[in-house]
Amino acid sequence: MLKKYKNLSNYARTSISTYGIILLAFVILFPLQQAGALSYSFSGMLVPICAYIVMAISLNLTVGVLGELSLGHAGFMSIGAFSGAIAAVSLGNGTPDVLRLVLGVLIGGVLAGISGLLIGIPVLRLKGDYLAIVTLAFGEIIKNIVNCLYVGVDAAGLHFSMTDVASLHMTNGTVILKGPQGAVGIPKVASFLSGIILILITLFVVINLVHSRTGRAIKAIRNNQIAAESVGISITKYKMIAFITSAALAGMAGAMYAMNYSSIVAKKFDFNTSILILVFVVLGGMGKFFGTIVATTVLYMLPEIFREFGEYRMLIYAVVLIVVMLATNSSGAKMLKDKIVDFVKNLFARSKNKKVEAGGADSE
Amino acid sequence: MSKMVQVPSKSIVPERDVDKTPILETHHLGIDFGGLTAVDDLTLAVGRTEIAGLIGPNGAGKTTVFNLLTNVYSPTRGTILLDGKSTAGKSTAQVNRMGIARTFQNIRLFSDMSVIDNVKVGLHNSVKESLISNFTHSFGFKKSEKEYTSRALELLDFFKMADLAYEEAGSLPYGAQRRLEIVRALATNPGIVLLDEPAAGMNPSETAELMNNIRKIRDTFNIAVLLIEHDMNLVMNICEGICVLDHGKVIAKGTPDEIKQNPKVIEAYLGKKREG
Ligand SMILES: Nc1ncnc2c1ncn2[C@@H]1O[C@H](COP(=O)(O)OP(=O)(O)O)[C@@H](O)[C@H]1O
Ligand SMILES: [Mg+2]
Repeated sequence: MLKKYKNLSNYARTSISTYGIILLAFVILFPLQQAGALSYSFSGMLVPICAYIVMAISLNLTVGVLGELSLGHAGFMSIGAFSGAIAAVSLGNGTPDVLRLVLGVLIGGVLAGISGLLIGIPVLRLKGDYLAIVTLAFGEIIKNIVNCLYVGVDAAGLHFSMTDVASLHMTNGTVILKGPQGAVGIPKVASFLSGIILILITLFVVINLVHSRTGRAIKAIRNNQIAAESVGISITKYKMIAFITSAALAGMAGAMYAMNYSSIVAKKFDFNTSILILVFVVLGGMGKFFGTIVATTVLYMLPEIFREFGEYRMLIYAVVLIVVMLATNSSGAKMLKDKIVDFVKNLFARSKNKKVEAGGADSE
Repeated sequence: MSKMVQVPSKSIVPERDVDKTPILETHHLGIDFGGLTAVDDLTLAVGRTEIAGLIGPNGAGKTTVFNLLTNVYSPTRGTILLDGKSTAGKSTAQVNRMGIARTFQNIRLFSDMSVIDNVKVGLHNSVKESLISNFTHSFGFKKSEKEYTSRALELLDFFKMADLAYEEAGSLPYGAQRRLEIVRALATNPGIVLLDEPAAGMNPSETAELMNNIRKIRDTFNIAVLLIEHDMNLVMNICEGICVLDHGKVIAKGTPDEIKQNPKVIEAYLGKKREG
């Protein structure tokens, strides 16, 4: 391979490109937004795009860096969204907006992180692909729980019920979560600026983690779990660190997302959303954060852009997805490309040194 | 724990190590896979600075012994003592931290990571840093990273691989990949290193260099080496004690000269056509 790379410069390259594109987007879009030069629909997409970028980067930590498949990332987003909304409403109008936002995002992150821990403890110690199944179920369970959860707040604190508003037994309080109607009366305290800050924090945490002792252990586990164990890496511990970090960041994104709307329903964070985020990651590139940012932004906006195609919108969306997948980094496309490259190489180097075959099979 | 026995086979522990606790002992070690007894009644000891060999025909159970010693498999019977301490119930990672490292018959590198990062993963437990510093790259992060880098380069340099440090491990030539696996194992600072067919697929000059390196490992790091190998020239030249397995059972133990003359060995192993 001609390609040489240094760990340090790789770290620098990733940092510069990712922070760079985010800051650039901010510097261009923020003044336009402030001046009211952006269309209403585009302006409304800014915070959601920020939230989805955080979702995709955090999912990439689990899928691309750790190599575990998660099919319920929207579940963590949901936990963050509703706990963040409850926190923000409970704090009341007397609290400054910034504080409501920050505390809401933090609480959303912590609760999602704890859910990640609870899922990870039983599942990540197993060998095999159980995480995909369990996270899939987790996402659906969260959706169904929120759908029949009623939460209200009054002077005495928070009230919970699984049946209806009346059974919250509040005299003079505010109902925050109304079962299938979702969370209502959320303060719209999220802004483009706060979305950008959350992305930068996410990039800082994830890129630093990947390029550290812990990150090396995580990548080693993805590369070869048996070898990683053989050099003394505690598999479960490092899988947990990656998964919990990923879940907590998703929770923060969820809280940010919720506080961009005055009401939000659990259906928003269903299986389709989890898959959508996974598509952003796959198209953006496994373990590649710059690509993730670009893929998320483009793919999130595409359905809007294609709106003029009317009923063919989703059909065109699907075709574009397939084309992009083939053109970039699907394993199928990669294999095809590698095969062609190998074929050409072999044509020129046939007489040269033959590759030594690996020794016989062993029984691990 | 099975009944304790006298340290067996003192004869194959080199003179200089005899009065010290063997770095590795097994007592009546055995494992069954369903109906198949892959290893049975294996009792051996490896001296603290011994180069020992484990040989036998294909399918004899040699790799299975390594998997038992590193707790990849839990033994059905018997005990393993590492530096006098039982490894029963420990995980593979814990056993490594107790002082045993290995290479694999079919190479298992972290192939899309750089060469130096492979070694740094090996150093994982020797340079500690706080978890928070991994997220922030501060609180002493730079200092410990520097230490990782210098120690990894030092190890790579020892095996003349420093110039390959920033190559992708999976893109190295075959011989270099085998060497890197050894470097990675040594990075964990073991008391004994297990090499599973280290010369497989190597040409004669690479094999000669490997022999030198194995001696260098023992002399410089002052540790024991237990190796599985089909290359009889290599085994007879560098091993001080040899254990021969056939169908999971020990059929002979002794010095290279004793092994060469043992009729059972000749029949079971040396007499047969080598299958690689
Ligand atoms: N995990 C396993 N399950 C079932 N059989 C196994 C397993 N591992 C090894 N064996 C069997 O144990 C025997 C010894 O294998 P192995 O240790 O790889 O031999 P060697 O390394 O001496 O060539 C073989 O018959 C192999 O099929
Ligand atoms: Mg073998």
